[in-house]
Amino acid sequence: MEIRTIFHRRLREIQNDVLAMGSMVEKAIDRSVTALKQRDLKLAQEIIDNDQMIDRRRFEIEENCVELIATQQPMASDLRTIICVLSIITELERIGDHAEGIAKIVIMIGNEPPLKPLIDIPRMAENTSNMLHRSLQALVDRDAEAAKQIAAEDDEVDHLYTQVFRELLSFMIEDPKTITRATRLIWVAHNLERSADRVTNICERVVFNVTGRMEEIGASKY
Amino acid sequence: MDPKMQTRHLDFYYGENQVLKRVSLNMKERQITAMIGPSGCGKSTLLRVLNRMNEVIPDTRLQGEVLLDGNDIYASGVDVVEVRKRVGMVFQQPNPFPKTIYENIVFGPKMLGRRDKAYLNETVERSLRAAALWDEIKDDLSKSGLALSGGQQQRLCIARALAIEPEVILMDEPCSALDPVSTLKIEELMQELKKQYTIVIVTHNMQQAARVSDWAGFLLMGELVEYAETNEIFSRPQDKRTEDYITGRFG
Repeated sequence: MEIRTIFHRRLREIQNDVLAMGSMVEKAIDRSVTALKQRDLKLAQEIIDNDQMIDRRRFEIEENCVELIATQQPMASDLRTIICVLSIITELERIGDHAEGIAKIVIMIGNEPPLKPLIDIPRMAENTSNMLHRSLQALVDRDAEAAKQIAAEDDEVDHLYTQVFRELLSFMIEDPKTITRATRLIWVAHNLERSADRVTNICERVVFNVTGRMEEIGASKY
Repeated sequence: MDPKMQTRHLDFYYGENQVLKRVSLNMKERQITAMIGPSGCGKSTLLRVLNRMNEVIPDTRLQGEVLLDGNDIYASGVDVVEVRKRVGMVFQQPNPFPKTIYENIVFGPKMLGRRDKAYLNETVERSLRAAALWDEIKDDLSKSGLALSGGQQQRLCIARALAIEPEVILMDEPCSALDPVSTLKIEELMQELKKQYTIVIVTHNMQQAARVSDWAGFLLMGELVEYAETNEIFSRPQDKRTEDYITGRFG
């Protein structure tokens, strides 16, 4: 017989809040690269403004976690879930900052002519937000195997980052006039690469939530 | 290091009713071992078996071994008084004798034949100091033990248990009748006591078990489901039944 129904309901609500925050962050990543592709400065500004909502959401969840710890004395897997949520929302908040960073670069680029058609950067963004989405699903499903699998996919994002870097470097070598534009695109790719790394951190927390063991999985190349 | 106390394949029956089932448990020296579990799981019975208190209850039966320093306390020829001298007990309700504080403490040593006044005086001070009560009541030793507050009475009972210089102290829900501040005092005291004594505590309060103990065991319907370092039990229990119990998913 379930005894702590109220406590466990609140714990589920917190996890739902994490999913909601996760989808805000996911959207921010997707839209930041859309803004870059379409030179949509208005959209970029919107992403920057929305980041405050993500930050606020993070504090709300954090407060709820602290309150549950203070009033309910969670134990074992319940305690691990709360600890895990506290780490994950920090990672989400930082991924949100990376999206905001990309939006700021979009505004910096303004209406400069494009250096080249964007192929690998949108792919990095797509992979990252897909990994993010599934990592939070793994949290709710308590699926450690899925989490490890997702973390392993960071290699692909790293690989794309290397490719983008090399390609942009070759532009700069051939024509120093491209240096400013190419550097900005490297910054964008770097933000995406860092975001994917943070998703692997989330995956580590999901594994901890399930097994109770802290382990580093799939250390990034960068 | 060998365990201070040990049960091996311990079965215990009240009449036909088996309340402990093949319990094998090591209680390490100078460590606090806590037993948790729902009402009726056998934890108080287990505690009583450790100093043969069960023998005062009629129609009970025991199989298996209970070892103190490797020797079976139920072996023939073992003196039960000697066992209880070495393995003291503190109960749920503070139960000082209706005597002075001084008399409460020297009661045990006197029963064991100690009459030497200097020794008794020294025992009173040593025991009360060890029970963190000396400073509060040193000027009131001739007052009745019953005049003390609940928390003080319980510490008096601990002092009384310490007076006979036991090696192991069994505590059966020692704080369940106490207010939160007295409870924390007893918990602090336990950390001091474990430097010298081996402690086994039975508690309904899981937070207390988590706070005070080094090792924790989960008993369910007479079976020792899981026994491990306290940190393991409360952060990553291995058995689903333990997990469900401590997270309140059944009880």
